[in-house]
Amino acid sequence: MMKSNVSYPGQKRKEPISDTMLLMSITIGIFVVMYALAMIILKGGFLKPQMLFDMLNDNAYLIIISCSLTIVMITGSIDISVGSVTALVTMVDVMILNGNLHLFDGLQKALGVGEEFRIVFAAIMSLAIGLAFGVVQGYLIAYLEIQPFIITLAGLFFGRGMVTIISVDPQKAPQDLMDILQSRINIPFLGSPNKKGVIIPAHIEIGVVIALVILILVFILLRKFRLGRNFYAVGGNMQSALMLGVNVRRTRFLAHMLSGLLAGIAGFVFMMHVGAGNATNATASEMNAIATSIIGGTLLTGGVGNVIGTMFGVLTLTTIKAIVVTSGLRDPWWQSITTGAMLCFFILLQSVVLSRRGRGGFHLPPWLKKAEKKEGT
Amino acid sequence: MEKTMKKQSGFLTNYSQLLIPLIAVVLLVIFNLIRDPGFFSVGIAANNNGFPVLQGNLISILNGASELVILSMGMTLVTAASGGQDISVGALAAIAGSVFVKVLKSGPITGWSVIGGFVLCCVVAMIFGAFNGTLVACFRIQPMIATLILFTCGRSVAYWINGGATPTVESPIITAIGSFIPGIPIPTPILIVVVTGIIFALIFRFTNLGLYIQTVGINQGAARLNGINSIWIKLLAFIILGACCSIAGMINVSRLSLINHETILINIEMDAILAVAIGGNSLGGGKFRMVGSIIGAYAIQMLTITLYAMKVPSTDVKAYKAIVIIILVVMGSPVVKEKFGRFWSNMKRHRQRTGSLAGKEAQS
Repeated sequence: MMKSNVSYPGQKRKEPISDTMLLMSITIGIFVVMYALAMIILKGGFLKPQMLFDMLNDNAYLIIISCSLTIVMITGSIDISVGSVTALVTMVDVMILNGNLHLFDGLQKALGVGEEFRIVFAAIMSLAIGLAFGVVQGYLIAYLEIQPFIITLAGLFFGRGMVTIISVDPQKAPQDLMDILQSRINIPFLGSPNKKGVIIPAHIEIGVVIALVILILVFILLRKFRLGRNFYAVGGNMQSALMLGVNVRRTRFLAHMLSGLLAGIAGFVFMMHVGAGNATNATASEMNAIATSIIGGTLLTGGVGNVIGTMFGVLTLTTIKAIVVTSGLRDPWWQSITTGAMLCFFILLQSVVLSRRGRGGFHLPPWLKKAEKKEGT
Repeated sequence: MEKTMKKQSGFLTNYSQLLIPLIAVVLLVIFNLIRDPGFFSVGIAANNNGFPVLQGNLISILNGASELVILSMGMTLVTAASGGQDISVGALAAIAGSVFVKVLKSGPITGWSVIGGFVLCCVVAMIFGAFNGTLVACFRIQPMIATLILFTCGRSVAYWINGGATPTVESPIITAIGSFIPGIPIPTPILIVVVTGIIFALIFRFTNLGLYIQTVGINQGAARLNGINSIWIKLLAFIILGACCSIAGMINVSRLSLINHETILINIEMDAILAVAIGGNSLGGGKFRMVGSIIGAYAIQMLTITLYAMKVPSTDVKAYKAIVIIILVVMGSPVVKEKFGRFWSNMKRHRQRTGSLAGKEAQS
């Protein structure tokens, strides 16, 4: 358990663990138990380290947009446009790599650089699109005080619509560029033998590295920087943050800007993983990101949350899906039903835990209450 | 002078909530009339069965918006009572539709089996609504998070009810519910919407439900001190929304005479929330005006039909819709209103001053 480094004179020695850390440690604990049980009972793929790395490879983009949602949710707001921003960025990037966008084609010829340089264009464009979404939404939400749900819903519609306006047909990036982007990073000492007994080293993609670096940066931002502390302050209680001299509007604006920027990066990472632009890319991933943030211990009410927990939320969600698939329930409906059941479990757990600590609190349903009274009398 | 201004401001505060949706509708109507003067013309033509029925863009707007209007009515109550939104209405409508189809497929389709199917799907949807409501009211979970559960797994449950198939239901009774009752030229979904609206109007007229919901939404503690059981009120709002979902699901199943759990009423939750917001209701709960949501829902459908009439591909409609939404919401934002109001009063004062100066000059 981590403890606050600051000690005040006269403070009691034992400091109670904060809500954020409590919820996060519950998530980590459940993930570890679940994975261990899967290793013991299901064996198979779960014993190979590559299973874990594959989960990371497939969900690197989800880790990034979950980070952005965690930031926004800590501020007490919400952003449901991240999924379609991801899809839009993916489509634009693939078009740039294809050379279908004449502006960038001309720019490349004017600069006299090779085709590889298109990747740089794509990266810059991803950041630009993400930033544009973030700035516009942040301005409308923070300075014009419009409800974040509606604005980001418009962002969701706009992003999805723009994807099909750019191209209805699926687009594929050229293979030689994808070979560069999809180059694997081998981790030699974690290999596992395949059926012929040849040891294949475990590998991760570049996207995972990007995602982890972003995760660490966001963690440091939230923990060590004034801006990060302001996020918690604004989300915890906007009125008192205002009275303490926090620039609430600017803080909310920056949270949404950051979220848009991260969604742009997530689009680039998603493109690196799939290498194709498609209208159905990253569908409903905003809801997945909200779910992972909640599982990771972030509260939608604001002021509570941690990105490390969010990463374990992503891992827990993917582990559940992997367990469902490997245990033979191949019908497509099982995955979402188990996911829903698990969400229900985590949400109820959080509610009960927080009410035990005297925060939030819950009432018994009326019919249970009556039963209790009857028992009492 | 001052008195008239006060009166005006009073009128504006009373009805300003309806201003934005009405402006949206009027703008769309004017735009359409300029683009195509015959856009709203309603004609009578014989349909496949040989009965004379009403046809035209206006009818297709009113008809197509039926599900959205019914859902936005329920959503208004939930939003007002709980201060959050239910994002599972599409999934819930899919479940209700599946149950409806399941009952119809269990035997020959008669009038009684249709009624039985409707009652059963209504009960099932109300139970699921009560599940959402229990999470929200008793466990004090944010409505969006609580309904995320059903949003994730609802369509799969619908799939599972019908054993992974997408069955079709063919019957004259189903056609009568989905399109036209023989002899009546108005599409049946419109009639269902009217009946639902009348039921809600009667409820608000003869019970205190509307007042209680507003009280709970504005201040739960104060509501409790006044003897209102806020838990029951919230639960009730969610159960009513469940019933609305079952009606919407039934209409949609009858309209298409099949159920596809993946595509039935997809993304309608977003549109329903949008209708509530465009109707000028606060998404944070409290005061509500159901008429606003209804007009908002029709405005959304009118926008969609207008875009279709302009030959915009159905996949691209979303992007244009988003732009219109942002314009509407920015117009309705309190900050913009305040700034505009200040600008307006400054203009007025300026004009008065110059006017009085001119008068003084004329006197001298």
